[in-house]
Amino acid sequence: MADQTLPIAGTVDVTPPRRSTAMLLEWLHGWVVTVDHKRLGILYLVYGIFFLLVAGAEAIAIRIQLAWPGMHFLSPELYNEMFTMHGTTMVFLVGMTIIFGFANYLVPLMIGARDMAFPRLNAFSFWMTAFGGLLIYYSFIGGFGLYGMGAAPDVGWWAYAPLTAKAFSPGHATDYWALALIVAGFGTLGTAINVIATTLSMRCRGMTLLRMPLFVWLMLVTSGLTLITITPLTAAQIMLVIDRYLGGHFFDTQAGGSAVVWMHFFWIFGHPEVYVLVMPAFGIASEIIPVFSRKAIFGYPAMVAASVGIAFVSLGVWAHHMFTVGMTSVGNAFFVLSTMLVGIPTGIKIFNWVATIWGGKIRFATPMLFCLGFLFQFLIAGLTGIMLSVAPWNWQLHNSYFVIAHFHYVLVGAIVFNVFAGIYYWYPKVTGRMLSETLGKWHFWLFFIGFHVTFDTMHFVGFLGMPRSIYTYEPDRGWNHLNFIISMGGMIQAIAVLIFAWNLVHSYLKGKKAGNDPWDAWTLEWAVPSPPPVYNFAADPVVHSRRPLWDLKHPEDPDWKYEA
Amino acid sequence: MSAIPVSPIAVPWHLPSRGRVAMLSLITGESAIFTIFVVAYIYYIGKSLWGPTPQQVLDIPIFNTICLLSSSVTIWLAEREIDRGKMRGFAAWWALTIALGAIFIVGTGIEWHKLIYADGLTIRTNLFGTTFYSLVGLHATHVVVGLIGLSLILLFTLTGHVREEHSERIQVFALYWHFVDAVWVVVFTVVYIVGR
Repeated sequence: MADQTLPIAGTVDVTPPRRSTAMLLEWLHGWVVTVDHKRLGILYLVYGIFFLLVAGAEAIAIRIQLAWPGMHFLSPELYNEMFTMHGTTMVFLVGMTIIFGFANYLVPLMIGARDMAFPRLNAFSFWMTAFGGLLIYYSFIGGFGLYGMGAAPDVGWWAYAPLTAKAFSPGHATDYWALALIVAGFGTLGTAINVIATTLSMRCRGMTLLRMPLFVWLMLVTSGLTLITITPLTAAQIMLVIDRYLGGHFFDTQAGGSAVVWMHFFWIFGHPEVYVLVMPAFGIASEIIPVFSRKAIFGYPAMVAASVGIAFVSLGVWAHHMFTVGMTSVGNAFFVLSTMLVGIPTGIKIFNWVATIWGGKIRFATPMLFCLGFLFQFLIAGLTGIMLSVAPWNWQLHNSYFVIAHFHYVLVGAIVFNVFAGIYYWYPKVTGRMLSETLGKWHFWLFFIGFHVTFDTMHFVGFLGMPRSIYTYEPDRGWNHLNFIISMGGMIQAIAVLIFAWNLVHSYLKGKKAGNDPWDAWTLEWAVPSPPPVYNFAADPVVHSRRPLWDLKHPEDPDWKYEA
Repeated sequence: MSAIPVSPIAVPWHLPSRGRVAMLSLITGESAIFTIFVVAYIYYIGKSLWGPTPQQVLDIPIFNTICLLSSSVTIWLAEREIDRGKMRGFAAWWALTIALGAIFIVGTGIEWHKLIYADGLTIRTNLFGTTFYSLVGLHATHVVVGLIGLSLILLFTLTGHVREEHSERIQVFALYWHFVDAVWVVVFTVVYIVGR
């Protein structure tokens, strides 16, 4: 199928591309001043993958420290900085940038638009986010000012009060944390606004809301959720900065302030944030699974409704992070039940994906393998989530490695797996070359095995009572072998990610030519050349169904005959 | 080029204005920021361990409030004028909006001056000071940003750069100003009525 081209009439420009004679500086300048959604999308993704490697290295440092009892691989101070920076980086500089990278690149192409609704706002948002990342990493050399050693933030990514007060966090490390995330938060807000305006106002003719690809739908819901999710964190961090710089008392318990208020504000952001990250991953799976099962997605309207439902319910579950703080029994019951309620729309989604695969003609290419891994792991992550939502169970296991295992099952097992799937799936569109399937299979299997060795074992060490965020442990606790196994799993994952990084570079130079539509897919981005020209579509496309390219390939049996 | 199958239903194609959608999204996000500050304010009412208390020092800023809320009416009148192509009327109502907003911000300045120098209440004095200056200050910041925007638009109007065809953009910006006014209703209620 690789050489087959199915252009929508007039969408492909036959003018040969101008031979580029740009010098290195000119080329660099082009990337810095660009407002093209595709280039910004690539910038977001490269930035995210770079920090994925950085935060991954931090995780490996943590795992070496914990591999044996009584290790001194890291100093205690550096250990605290490592887990803080690992969490902060993965959520804000990897997760958010990669999902918005996908959104930037794909949303305009999928809805048949020329660009995002506000190209310059788009560039501004990216550079704000990029600056936030540089700022927080600059703390490694700037955290104590010019006179002391550098220090990165070491208060945990949740930064609970009163640890963040000036008395307990001297120097500027915590200020870097707050200010960098405020800056990056404005970038995120800008992109979220842009995605909403693009999906609602830039759709090509015939692309009604209920004909949009599910990826676009999920990005719309995610962006809407981002608007009311990132902003509470920004507000809370402004309060923190007021406390630290202007002598305010928001979280100062000695002046009547409350540390629990910070916890509430943080988790009002923190819990929906998980859905902000996972819903684009759902979107990626909803594009890939149908194409590799050779069937249209099962239950499209139910998928859309479930996405909106998840976003809605996710706003009312935050205090399940705070059962051990102590709440009234009514409060406990409310958050137990609201958390369990999330299982219903997510369950609908899982059944729909399984029903899509059911009876399909499955192609086990690398993107599909990662999506299948996701389905399996996300189910388990959901089940341990239900376990943790039960308040008495939570009292036993809160802040243990069981919790760490649970949320890494979501963040790695679901999100990272789907991000890899998405990169294998759309890399040919972005670069014009296929990623190597051989290296891809190595990447998948090593990562899959490493993932399960690490995170399955983490559940057990959590049951045995190992708390999170500890620097080291006594050898007589019975955690020694399990911790060693977990660390070995981490190494296997690291090797897999290095294979992936090598694959990205190698295939860019030597990969097989992809053609317009290597996967025989159905959404609009596959109707343009790979890589797409700057203007995307030479003529505005018109669509009549959810699978415009299916209609083109099968004029005798078009989809719009069956869609209501 | 293959033939594009023609859908049996030819639907007319209307999309919402991207400016309006973006501004409404921004307002949604901003509302969340204000919600957090308002919740913090309400939660901390009466939790200060020492004075001064709101009862002792706060006066209800009725004149300020009337000015700010009427600026929503004047900006609406300005929107109507530009919609009808009457640029002089637009500039006049727009300038009046700026004047009313400026009166509000000057009034806030006078209030803060009295609180700081006469009553000795600063942001670090007590919990009330922290929450009061943060919430009212956050709103005042939005008024200042709004005034800068309004003034730029007035400048461009007087130099002839804003014309009748920009009516929609003007309305999108006016949405922001209406939002700032609406937030004041909440802040006013919480700070000067519930909290006092």
